[in-house]
Amino acid sequence: MSREQLAVQRARKSFQTGKSKPLQYRIHQLKCLQRFLTERQKDIADAVKKDLYKTQHGTELYETLGLEGEINLAIEKLAEWAAPRPVEKNLLTVLDEVYVQPEPLGVVLIIGAWNYPWAITLQPLVGAIAAGNAAVIKPSEVSSHSSKVMEELLPLYLDKDLYPVVTGGVSETQELLKQRFDHVFYTGSSSVGRAVMEAAARHLTPVTLELGGKSPCYIDKNCDLSVACRRITWGKFVNCGQTCIAPDYILCEPSIQNQVVEEIRKVIKEFYTDDPKTFDDYGRIINQRHFKRVMALMEGSTIAIGGDSDESECYIAPTVLKDVTAESKVMQEEVFGPVLPIITVSGIEEAIQFINEREKPLVVYVFSPDNKLIRRVIAETSSGALLANDCLIHYTISALPFGGVGNSGMGCYHGKHSFDQLSHLRSCLIKKLNMEGANNMRYPPHTASKLGWARFLLLKKVNVGRLRRMAILATLAALAAFVVQVQSSLDI
Amino acid sequence: MSSPPSPSPNRWFKALRRTRLGEPCLKTYPLECVELLKRARAAFQAGRTAKEGFRLAQLEAVVRMLVEHECDFVDALGRDLHKPRFETVVSELILVKNEALHAINNLKKWMQPQHVERNLSTTLDECLVVNEPLGVVLIMGTWCSPVQLCLVPLVGAIAAGNCAMINPPEYTSHTAELLHRLIPSYLDNECFHVIVTGTNDLAQIVGLKFEHVFFIGNREEAGRVAQAAALTLTPVTLVLGGKNPCYVDQQCDITTTAQRIAWARFHNAGQSAVAPDYILCHVDVKERLVQALKCCLMQFYGSDPRESRSFGRMVNLETFNRTRDLLWRSGKVAVGGQVIEAEKYIAPTILTEVVESDPIMQHEVFGPVLPILTVKNVDEAVAFINKQEKPLCVYAYSSNSKVISRLMSETSSGSFCSNDSILQSLMVVLPFGGVGASGMGSYHGRYSFDTFSHRKSCLLRGTRFECVTYLRYPPYEDRNLSLMTWASTLSQKSQGWCQIL
Repeated sequence: MSREQLAVQRARKSFQTGKSKPLQYRIHQLKCLQRFLTERQKDIADAVKKDLYKTQHGTELYETLGLEGEINLAIEKLAEWAAPRPVEKNLLTVLDEVYVQPEPLGVVLIIGAWNYPWAITLQPLVGAIAAGNAAVIKPSEVSSHSSKVMEELLPLYLDKDLYPVVTGGVSETQELLKQRFDHVFYTGSSSVGRAVMEAAARHLTPVTLELGGKSPCYIDKNCDLSVACRRITWGKFVNCGQTCIAPDYILCEPSIQNQVVEEIRKVIKEFYTDDPKTFDDYGRIINQRHFKRVMALMEGSTIAIGGDSDESECYIAPTVLKDVTAESKVMQEEVFGPVLPIITVSGIEEAIQFINEREKPLVVYVFSPDNKLIRRVIAETSSGALLANDCLIHYTISALPFGGVGNSGMGCYHGKHSFDQLSHLRSCLIKKLNMEGANNMRYPPHTASKLGWARFLLLKKVNVGRLRRMAILATLAALAAFVVQVQSSLDI
Repeated sequence: MSSPPSPSPNRWFKALRRTRLGEPCLKTYPLECVELLKRARAAFQAGRTAKEGFRLAQLEAVVRMLVEHECDFVDALGRDLHKPRFETVVSELILVKNEALHAINNLKKWMQPQHVERNLSTTLDECLVVNEPLGVVLIMGTWCSPVQLCLVPLVGAIAAGNCAMINPPEYTSHTAELLHRLIPSYLDNECFHVIVTGTNDLAQIVGLKFEHVFFIGNREEAGRVAQAAALTLTPVTLVLGGKNPCYVDQQCDITTTAQRIAWARFHNAGQSAVAPDYILCHVDVKERLVQALKCCLMQFYGSDPRESRSFGRMVNLETFNRTRDLLWRSGKVAVGGQVIEAEKYIAPTILTEVVESDPIMQHEVFGPVLPILTVKNVDEAVAFINKQEKPLCVYAYSSNSKVISRLMSETSSGSFCSNDSILQSLMVVLPFGGVGASGMGSYHGRYSFDTFSHRKSCLLRGTRFECVTYLRYPPYEDRNLSLMTWASTLSQKSQGWCQIL
């Protein structure tokens, strides 16, 4: 039996003992995960530095801060999330218990990504633990240092059987996908997402796919360009552009293109100094293959800022391309690097049309002071999310469901949504064996009068809530009339 | 020689209609489907389905269609499944009407964006979740309740603002033909299309690329649908069958239990995905249960169910043969057992002395045959249920609430009902769906709306207050980090703070 098969089998056996069902156990595991993040902060930061050239602060800000918030939220709200959720009763179920009970699914497979190896791999794990599942964690082999640290250290804090870490490359992932899971959670590219979904379909396993896309960023000519460009620059060049929700390309009118370029140039200098290569807080491309890929994307376009690179370090300077067209190489795939193309459009009409001609992205960004314009973009485009006047930060609001649509993915998570996504919401109707009289109308032999009763009782003409209110009103009116009558009789 | 029927216009029209109903419906070929899909997509992109008024009008049209053509539906289902009028009206038409009316009453509320809790750093922003339609969805129903299983998801798809292609099951040809004929007269002709395809074309149709595929049927077909959907990254909702266990405890009112089980199992001649598939009966009450069931069947269908107008028939020879096979090769017939191939009739049958290895326990029983297995106690029942795949429903009959709790918490299934059957799948407020081998996703009421919508997170900020945002910009510093940590965690603990600020 392969290593992967064994890990899944052990996880399933462990889940079947029922030990992850009690809320106390789940909270305990979540607290252990929290301890892991605080105690091993240095190991995590070192690994990320080796993988992506991120500083300790960068790692804390972008990887572990969000995780800690999620864990705290889950611990605090778990009792509320896992409690039975009562539903509205009708005339026929008024004496019964009707509710939706969240239940664990079983064994969940979490396939992480390399761009935020900790945040993206462990955040679904928080949801999986909270929902009472077992989880097989498969970190990305591309972020090899982080993956190694996760494999070595995570089992020292979490239950080894319930939450095994399985490392490896393509063949190990394929072996894992041959096993049967109760849910597969994948973050990565659309092409691999398809393969994951197909493998899961063989076992009829539901999937959550967090994929990518080209997230457009429209800049209205009337907006405060200095603030807008600052926020866009930050959003784009964080993690060296290797963020699934980074603004992929800019759409703006030709009249402001030069201004946008100048503002971005100023901000790049402010954030990353004149020589980003020597600056600590500017990252690197994850590996040679991606370095070459991103460099190739720049071919054929005019470089307005940056463009220099160093293959030995996988360094690409913060780069802006201007006067890019829809046919340019850089517009054919998700950039996932520090290259920001600017495409000029005649206005919001053309921008919306341009966005709608393409696959639905993870995010649509709009920079504009005009509320009506923003509402228009919300209504006329479709994407996983929409942000007005800022970048990336919707990721930090756990109440907002985070996910894609169409080619950018399916399903969502963060906060309670993680819990719901990795639970089965089971409908429960608890009746008693009395009141059988009420059921007689449904039993054969069927007669016209039974049908009449059925129509009357079942058809939703009657709004029970309103009936109740009317009944109360009628009682009050009767009471009032009675009081008045008594009063008047007393007077006489 | 009998006199010819009177030439009254009414009779003539009825005869004409009946002839039309009798004609098999023309199959829609994949190429035609491509055309229809193009039209639906164009209509969607033109924004036809976006407005609340349009959606309400379509939903009202669905209700009208069911009211005005009640007789036609009763007739069609009578021909396809020998379904009694009562069952058609109650379990098909009223169900859809309720869903549509529920959607009409709540549509405004459902369409409203929901505002969500913010954290300190986003207190001055607008955070909302907008419900967006997906596009063009594909709905594939199955033959056991063809009207309800096609139209209830359609109600959800319409409410959510999508266009839809509906694929009614080919086995119930009269119903498929009826829907094919009626829907264009009531619903928008560009947005909603009915296609009639065979099971062999399933994967091809799904491969045409929809924004969501809704499939109700059996596991094997579902596998093909899911694989085809994976190639185009199309999300799916699958509602599949399963062997729904039904535990009967020694502490329960046997008469009532038998009545409820008999009704649930034998309506629609047992062709229901939510009926109790097999009984796990406590050894102490088995004899009484069989007796009680026998009495019930006599009460419901008389001494010869074949004569009863309340009892249905198998949908086709294939299902008839399959069920008859299972019947003959398993256990011992305690009640019923008669079969008549010419009529596709199988009498309401109860099998006893069934063991786990019997053929009837290896397949879903889609017919009026109820196997009874005995167990010594609740533990054995729970262990038995957990050995099988997760079913669509788990039922438990007992007057002891502890037994009910145990059965519920120690098993997993799409839904659970105690002391009755099927009702939980008819309620508009409960999500109906499977888990594991019985499917994924759910629908009914609000859940249908959510299934066919995309919840888009929107965060609307201003460009002022850059002074607060500067904390996150490089160069990264310790001080900034601690301030950010503080700001983003404040919301969960002390809501009051945010309000004051």
